[in-house]
Amino acid sequence: MINENAKTILSVRNLHASVEGTEILKGVDFEVKSGEVHAIMGLNGSGKSTFSKVLAGHPDYAVTQGEVIFKGENLLELEPHERANSGVFLAFQYPLEIPGVSNRDFLRVAYNAHRKANGEEEVDVFDFDDLVEERSEIVKMDVSFLDRSVNEGFSGGEKKRNEILQMALLEPTLAILDETDSGLDIDALKIVSSGVNQLSTPSNATVLITHYQRLLNYIVPDYVHVMAKGRIVKTGGKELAQKLEEKGYDWLTAEDTVAEEAMV
Amino acid sequence: MTKPAGSDALDSIAVSAAESSRSINRETYLKHLLTQAAAAADESGLPLKDVRDLAIALVGDCTFPTNRDEAWRFTDLSDLLSHSLQRAEPPTAQSSSQSDISATLTSLDDVHQLVSINGYYARSISKKVPAPGVTIAPLSQLLQKAEYKAQLEPILTERLARVKGAEEVFTALNTAGFTDVMVVWVKADQIVDTPICIVREAEESSISHLRTLVIAERHASLTLVETFTGSPEAADTIRCNTSVTELWLAEGAQVNHMRIQDESEHTFHIAKTAVDQATNSRYQCTAIDLGAHLSRHHLEVFQSGPQTDTHLYGLSALRDCQLADTHSLLTLTYPHSGATQIQKNIVDDKAHAVFNGRVFVSQEAQHTDASQLNRNLMLSSKARIDTKPELDIVADDVKCAHGATVSQLQADEVFYLQSRGISSEQAQRLLLYGFAMEIVEKISVAPLRQALSDRLTVWAS
Repeated sequence: MINENAKTILSVRNLHASVEGTEILKGVDFEVKSGEVHAIMGLNGSGKSTFSKVLAGHPDYAVTQGEVIFKGENLLELEPHERANSGVFLAFQYPLEIPGVSNRDFLRVAYNAHRKANGEEEVDVFDFDDLVEERSEIVKMDVSFLDRSVNEGFSGGEKKRNEILQMALLEPTLAILDETDSGLDIDALKIVSSGVNQLSTPSNATVLITHYQRLLNYIVPDYVHVMAKGRIVKTGGKELAQKLEEKGYDWLTAEDTVAEEAMV
Repeated sequence: MTKPAGSDALDSIAVSAAESSRSINRETYLKHLLTQAAAAADESGLPLKDVRDLAIALVGDCTFPTNRDEAWRFTDLSDLLSHSLQRAEPPTAQSSSQSDISATLTSLDDVHQLVSINGYYARSISKKVPAPGVTIAPLSQLLQKAEYKAQLEPILTERLARVKGAEEVFTALNTAGFTDVMVVWVKADQIVDTPICIVREAEESSISHLRTLVIAERHASLTLVETFTGSPEAADTIRCNTSVTELWLAEGAQVNHMRIQDESEHTFHIAKTAVDQATNSRYQCTAIDLGAHLSRHHLEVFQSGPQTDTHLYGLSALRDCQLADTHSLLTLTYPHSGATQIQKNIVDDKAHAVFNGRVFVSQEAQHTDASQLNRNLMLSSKARIDTKPELDIVADDVKCAHGATVSQLQADEVFYLQSRGISSEQAQRLLLYGFAMEIVEKISVAPLRQALSDRLTVWAS
């Protein structure tokens, strides 16, 4: 939902980042206001996933230039857990398995870490159980999953639903969903999308990173951005996704090259 | 710098002289241990002359292990040699400074419990829940009762020190010198739901030989918990415990065995668990090593019939200069059996974990389904892991899987937890805990599982 008067949540200016000396992001500019849903599309290797990991603070990526302001704060100065506690959430493309740690314990530790960071009292096991069981409904997750080890032996769809459950508990201001639709059958896609839509409010924002227009039928974006070679090269409305689906990315890269040549 | 001619030759003479004095030292040392053992045996008054004589002869054929013995390549016992260990005396008081682990067990009401201090039965702090067809008592007490004596004699002849591998040096030394035998004997078809706990505590800086004999008759079922703990040793002294637990599972018998070693920091703990499994029997062992300066656990399983089921789980969590060595042998010589083994080790500081897991599947053992996994987590660059899975498979129609991994905490896993608001330190603790809990979860006695999980939470922080 676009609202001209909404507050800017995230402001990225000329962001450059590299991994092991190879520059992947080459000057990303990106702005998100509260209530908005953005989709970032692009080919493999365009830098979409890197962008999401840099925002979450993955230690493998070094920011070499530019700034990221999140709710008025310099996000790049914060540790990954501090970013999470201030309201950034990254749903992983490949959620990790943590054998031996029950999903319930993991979720409670994370939930209480947020509360503590925000000066709220931690909740006890019993109150948390009520809360987590209620939130599990959002992604239609059977409560038996809470007593299994985190993501261990979960199917692809179950892992993604578990990511959205974490999001439902942590209630982030900015949710970045990295290829959350990949590997999902249509039923799981509907459940996950419906979960994301239920969690969307005028005071938070969602960034969807995806290859496919399919997801955008269920979570309708306000803006669609195209990333190529480490930059956002085109921004449009939801109809841009439709066009990409029909025509592919070649026309854009050609346009981009022309633009670059014109600049020279 | 120039050296006078012949100095190399002189050096090598000096070295070999040192070596030979060391080797004499080892021989003398083993003799000393045997003398102490024989004296303890005499004093125990147990009428086991044949068993003892055989054991003494077996020790006489052995040498004290060095790193040149394949079985002791990574575990160096040299530190023992400088300590002239005396046999343990009976404790003066029948109470001891208990560790959390043994206190957890002794606080439980509904358990059978035999407590031994320095290898001597502590009657006043033991307790028994009466149960039909179940004998849980030290041999010294049983032999005083006429009704047991007649029943026991054939069992002692056939079962005590009779599981294969009795000739191994520390096993034989233990047989020569144990002061008592904790006997757990469950008659046919008896299902014992109440856990049977053998609590071993130590107070002195001395050597003790701890012995347990478990007999599960046809279709009997029992849960056995063994704990090994001790109060801290006097300064500059060490303690040594050898422990041998023999388990006989008759046809269809089931034993769930938990073994917790949390000895004090200067203890040498050298143990053997030897299991004989008959047709259709099921044995599960969960062995947790947290304590001791040096601990060694020989876990050996033999079959005497087909279609057995064996599960071996192990966890060592070590720090400082601790060493824990798990040497397992799974011998499958009959068809249609299943076996799983998971051994996990966590090493911090300069700690050292050793795993040698041998699985032997003979020509007769067709349709065996066995898997072995050894996972190691290194928390420090000075820690050390030696792992040696040994699969020796002669049969041709079997499924046998094995694997060994050595890794550090995965940065991606830490990041995943951090991205959920959990600090890096807390994330590492949670991952460590998770790694350990996969094994701790196999502990079926809930209060003990809780005590261990609390202990590991403290360990990880």
